[in-house]
Amino acid sequence: MAATLKLEIVTPEAKIFSDDVEMVTLTGIDGEMGIYPTHMPLMTQLVACEVVARKGSENIFLAVGDGFVQITGGRVGILTDMAIRAENIDEVAAEQARQKAEARLAEKLSEEESATVHAALVHATTQLKVKQRHKK
Amino acid sequence: MPSTRDIRRRIKSVKNTAQITKAMQMVAAAKMRRAQQAALVGRPYAQLLNEIMTEAAAHTIGFDHPLMQSRAGGKRAVIVVGTDRGLCGGLNSNLFREASKLDKNTTVFVTAGRKASQFVARTKRNLAAEFSFKDTPQFSEARAISKFAQDLFLKGDVDAVDILYPRFINTLMQQPQTVPFLPIGKLAAVTAGINAPKQELADSKGDEVFEFEPDEETVLGELLPHSLNFQMHQILLETKASEQSARMVAMKNATDNAKQIIKDLTLEYNKLRQANITKELLEITTAQMAVG
Repeated sequence: MAATLKLEIVTPEAKIFSDDVEMVTLTGIDGEMGIYPTHMPLMTQLVACEVVARKGSENIFLAVGDGFVQITGGRVGILTDMAIRAENIDEVAAEQARQKAEARLAEKLSEEESATVHAALVHATTQLKVKQRHKK
Repeated sequence: MPSTRDIRRRIKSVKNTAQITKAMQMVAAAKMRRAQQAALVGRPYAQLLNEIMTEAAAHTIGFDHPLMQSRAGGKRAVIVVGTDRGLCGGLNSNLFREASKLDKNTTVFVTAGRKASQFVARTKRNLAAEFSFKDTPQFSEARAISKFAQDLFLKGDVDAVDILYPRFINTLMQQPQTVPFLPIGKLAAVTAGINAPKQELADSKGDEVFEFEPDEETVLGELLPHSLNFQMHQILLETKASEQSARMVAMKNATDNAKQIIKDLTLEYNKLRQANITKELLEITTAQMAVG
């Protein structure tokens, strides 16, 4: 029995995370789930959330955007449009991005634009949420 | 016979041209490196996307998505991905030569890049929409194009969509290539960008049973449009890499040509100058001899 899972998080820009961890917590479309090694093979959609990876006694927190998750016994593959480690989040920048996105939403937008702005808004709020949780 | 002053003027003008082309070559070289890099970083993503698609497809036998329906009609749309600016050698002309082979009456064109839309307008072809993309193509720009193509296809306006773009082979070689976009027939691997060997989808290990949440149809229904968007994005990135490489090579040739011309002109200029001096000397000596 494998004691670790390989967690891989990739975005179109880069491979953000790739390491062996003991447990992963993420939010799928049907709710939050914790994944241990030898989890049943599963494929689902990911919603913007905080992903927690436990490695030893240490917890690694990441803010991720929408995407897809593929879970096999020894591996968790996350395909998403944004992923950033909690300690790397720039709160000021995220807050600015959130305000800008909200201001843009108030304007009249085409369907295409509003999708982009929505994505930006989701990214920013997720980052803020994750950051604020770890301030305490 | 041009005078020495004319030649001097020409040398000066060619020198100016050489300076400009040299500068453009440098700029293109820098941009090329960035564009190639951008096309490469998408590779791990493409790989994982392929894997997920393979698994999903293997477990959804008999599943039919509107985007996968192949229809018998002859109407098709072609997305021509060109560049915004010229001065990139034969890149666009090669692309358009390929495009003009397509049947005018049954093909609708969708263009990305200014040169491509100019071509379609000039040759009075059927233009459905034109898009633009920046030097560093954004995912949202790709999504807009891909979304439009999907809509065309789903509405039944066209029965197939292809993409025609300059494929990046290496810095010296770019080749116009047509790839099928819609319908998604066999789930083909997303091209993983520059120089990547085109991977075929691996046969899935059928013994692994996958759970889907909420269900296969929903996951695959989200996955298909997303992978199309991503494919479009990769193609835009690759086009940019091709454009910058082609421009760099074209500008290098232009600079070399200009240098050669300067060399030839300088030789001619010196010859002429010497001939003039000799002539003058001859005149002086003859005059002296006549007097003396």
